[in-house]
Amino acid sequence: MSTKTSVSGSTVVSREKKRAAAMRTQRSGLRARWVRWTFLLPAILYILLFYGYPLYYSFSVSFERYDLQAEITGMAPFVGLTNYLTVFHNPVFQSVALHTLFFTMGSIIPQFVIGLALAVLFTHRFPLNRLLRSLFLLPWLLPLVVSATIWRWLFDQTNGIIDQLLTGMHLVPAHFGWLTTPVWALVAVTIANIWIGIPFNMVIIYSGLQSIAREFYEAAAIDGANGWQAFRYITLPLLEPVIGIVLMLGLIYTLKVFDIIYVMTGGGPANASQTLATWSYNLSFSQQLFGQGAALGNVILLIALAVAVVYVWWSGHTAKTYA
Amino acid sequence: MQIQGQYRSKTYTRPRVPIVATIAGVVATALMLFPLYWMIANSLETNQEIFSIPVSLIPTSVTLTPYATALATQIPHLITSIIVALGTVIVSLLIALPAGYALAHFHFRITVIIVFCLLLTQMIPTVTLSTPFFLIFNKLGLLNSYGGLILADTTYAVPFDILILRAFLSSIPYELVEAAFVDGSDEWGAFLRVIMPLSIPGIVTAGLFAFLFAWGDFLYALTITTTNQIEPISLSIYTYLGQFSSQWNDLMAVATLAAIPAAILLIAFQRYITAGLTSGALKG
Repeated sequence: MSTKTSVSGSTVVSREKKRAAAMRTQRSGLRARWVRWTFLLPAILYILLFYGYPLYYSFSVSFERYDLQAEITGMAPFVGLTNYLTVFHNPVFQSVALHTLFFTMGSIIPQFVIGLALAVLFTHRFPLNRLLRSLFLLPWLLPLVVSATIWRWLFDQTNGIIDQLLTGMHLVPAHFGWLTTPVWALVAVTIANIWIGIPFNMVIIYSGLQSIAREFYEAAAIDGANGWQAFRYITLPLLEPVIGIVLMLGLIYTLKVFDIIYVMTGGGPANASQTLATWSYNLSFSQQLFGQGAALGNVILLIALAVAVVYVWWSGHTAKTYA
Repeated sequence: MQIQGQYRSKTYTRPRVPIVATIAGVVATALMLFPLYWMIANSLETNQEIFSIPVSLIPTSVTLTPYATALATQIPHLITSIIVALGTVIVSLLIALPAGYALAHFHFRITVIIVFCLLLTQMIPTVTLSTPFFLIFNKLGLLNSYGGLILADTTYAVPFDILILRAFLSSIPYELVEAAFVDGSDEWGAFLRVIMPLSIPGIVTAGLFAFLFAWGDFLYALTITTTNQIEPISLSIYTYLGQFSSQWNDLMAVATLAAIPAAILLIAFQRYITAGLTSGALKG
């Protein structure tokens, strides 16, 4: 007789289901349990081998002075937190951190706002709605290298159309070096990143909007609310969980961004568009300082985890508000 | 007053909105897709036209020379990408299908932990994994090999696929499997004969994303290859950019070639992609 009690205080019906499931396995004995594990085992092994072990390796390398010499001789002395301290005290680190902050915030907020506006637009019924919505996915599905190459061409100093457009409107001097001027290099990659992130935001927010029941809006219309009031008092509050997910995922994905920046500016000029991710790559593979590169890579991971933890806390907190 | 309100919600129509919305939608889509149009238009221009100032929005002298140049050099790279992407799809599905099924229907105690770990793995920056992958693959002799690239690219696909397949497969009732048990089948037999045929949409979606993730990978291609023996198209665009940085029409032709699989798959399987995106992000 099972003396297990379910945690959530389930009803009699689901307890029956659980008992039936347990009896199913018990009836066939140990063999059935063992067989079922074979379905899951490859995945568990895969996770341990391809995420667990490399992460462990990354942390252990970050505590060693692992450079080109170590790669050749196979000897890497343990140096504790030296790599982390070296990276933090590197004068480049401060500007890289600032760039990452600007790049991240400067990408997520416009992506979200534009995605939200588009999602709201697409909730209306109009001809071509379906077609346009699926066309919007194209930028997200292209290889990032392709998008980065296109944007590099758009921002080209000599013949890029952006330069020609803005010069024609007398906003900038002719042949402005967008990708070769500090500050503007970072702005350029941010703009490209916004473009790439809009479809994702739009799709997720759109499905969130779709799940808000029509009755709310009808009730509001009867009460005399206009479109903007309905948006502020019905749409936004009910969209909160989706907004939380989109912003959290956006933050983590933006921390990961590498291809765009590497292909458009290579982190230059002189680290002017370098972010934590591109600099980690630079340390490992351009400077062969694998220990420091691994250290920085781990820092990025920890930041991403912190974001996830904050999100979990926040969503639990707001769930209680509505409970 | 109340009667008037009821009247309004039944007969209230705004006939002008649909057309305004369509115009807004078309303009927004046109702006969004302009870079893509620009890529294709520029890939058809002659050397004179592409460097002309002011720039011409519509190519006047359409030529296929850039594509001839692109194809002459890029076919090996396209083939490499196809091999790596297909390999990634196969390996990912082999792992993700049974796992997704098990997580959907078998009541393990660690299911929650596994799902949590899968979500965590999707947050690991690829840059973080690139250093250990390089060092480990170097020791194992997997650098500059198809196997190494395929294995590295599966890290994009496997967790995502498991979560997608778990969502898809949980909608297939387990009673069908129990019926197969009655007929004398075992777990794997039932899985292969009953579940798999019914889960084709899920398999297609998962395979699609695995293919697109692997096709678009740049960082692992960059770090795991140290010579030009094996160069997927994502990497070869970049090297082409470095070598011929002012041949923009040829470059745009190469870029278009690299973009074609994504475009084809999107058009052909549009339903699956939107379904996969929302189920993976929201339910996962």
